[in-house]
Parts: sequence; structure tokens; C-alpha cells
Amino acid sequence: MASLFEFLVAAFLVMAGIFGLVGSYGLIKLNDPMSRLHAPTKATTLGVGGVLLASMLNAAAFGKYFSVHELLITLFLFLTAPITANFIAKVHIHRQESRETMPSAGEDDHWATHDTPEDEEQRNAGRPDAAQ
Amino acid sequence: MIETASQLAFGCFALAVLLNLWKVMTAPEIADRILALDTMFINAIALMVLYGMALGSAIFFEGAMIIAMLGFVSTVAYARFILRGNIIE
Repeated sequence: MASLFEFLVAAFLVMAGIFGLVGSYGLIKLNDPMSRLHAPTKATTLGVGGVLLASMLNAAAFGKYFSVHELLITLFLFLTAPITANFIAKVHIHRQESRETMPSAGEDDHWATHDTPEDEEQRNAGRPDAAQ
Repeated sequence: MIETASQLAFGCFALAVLLNLWKVMTAPEIADRILALDTMFINAIALMVLYGMALGSAIFFEGAMIIAMLGFVSTVAYARFILRGNIIE
């Protein structure tokens, strides 16, 4: 039984290390900025998840204590990784894309991040209640 | 077996942090740098948990938790500063 746990912990550790390395290598290797976003947000999160699972198993099987702190970190990382990725994608749209390169914004003329003060003035021109 | 595996994981994550550092220094665009810094935070969490595992101590999890929170907050703050020119409006 002990050797089974040992094997599991070792397998999780090896998997986590490889995923972490692949994530960081992808950050350098991929060409397009938005495909570069995939590597760290997915592979590295999985890598950390593997380390945390291995640590939890290790503590439960061989250590003197049993802890679920790791689950808390995993949960936190899995919750925040998509938010971070969304913010970085927004920064990319703001800095790298222009109105011409973006897809259609539907009923609006352009996306909000490319809005200028002149656009706002123009929109508010016919509305006396929108002085501010 | 666990010892060898954890050494391999240590090596992988250390190399990953070095690659991130290189990317932080040489990336042409600011979004790439923020992304590399965020990845570095995540790799640092993994290294800390591995170190705590190697020492058999539970103290490092609190540290890892704090680093996870700081990493998230600082990435969002950087991104908001680029997007809005202000962090808390």
C-alpha cells in the first residue's frame, strides 16, 4: 500500500514538472501573442495543480499531518487564472489592435477600449442631460 | 522514488522560472511581460510547495497562498494600469 502511494506521488510530481516546463517553454516558443496566452494559463496551472495534489497525498500517506490547504491554493489558482488571462487579452486588444483589425462590434461603431474623448463628445452632442 | 521525482520537478520548475525571467527581460510587448511575470508567480508557488514537501513542513503553504494572492492582485493591477491609466478609480 505504501509503495502504491509512493508511486502516485512520484507520478504526480513528474507530470507536474513536465507540464510546468511545457507551459513556460510555450511562452517562448509560440509566435502569435494570443496563442502565447494559452501556454502559461493552462499548462502551468495544471502543473501547479499536480504539485499540490502530490504534496497533499505525500502529507496524508507519509507525514505526521493531514492538510487540505493545498486544495485551497488549487481552487484559488483555478478561479483566478481565467480572470488574469482575460485581463491580459484586454491589454493586448488595447495596445496591439486597432479599430480596423477588430471584428465588428455589432450595433456600436467600435469596441469600448478604443473609445476616445472625441467619440464621447460626439455621442453626447445631441443630449443636453449628458453634460458630464 | 519520491526523492528522484521531486528533484526532477525542482529542476523543471527552476528551468521554467529561468525561461520566464528571460521572457520578462526580452519580450517586445507589455502584455507579454505581464504574462511572463504572472507565470513566474505560478512557478514560484510550485517551487515553494515542493520545498515545503522536501522539508516535511506545513509552514510553506501559507507562504504559497500569500504569493498566489499577491500574484493575482499584482497582475490585475498592472493590466488595469495599462488599460485605464489608473488602478482604483
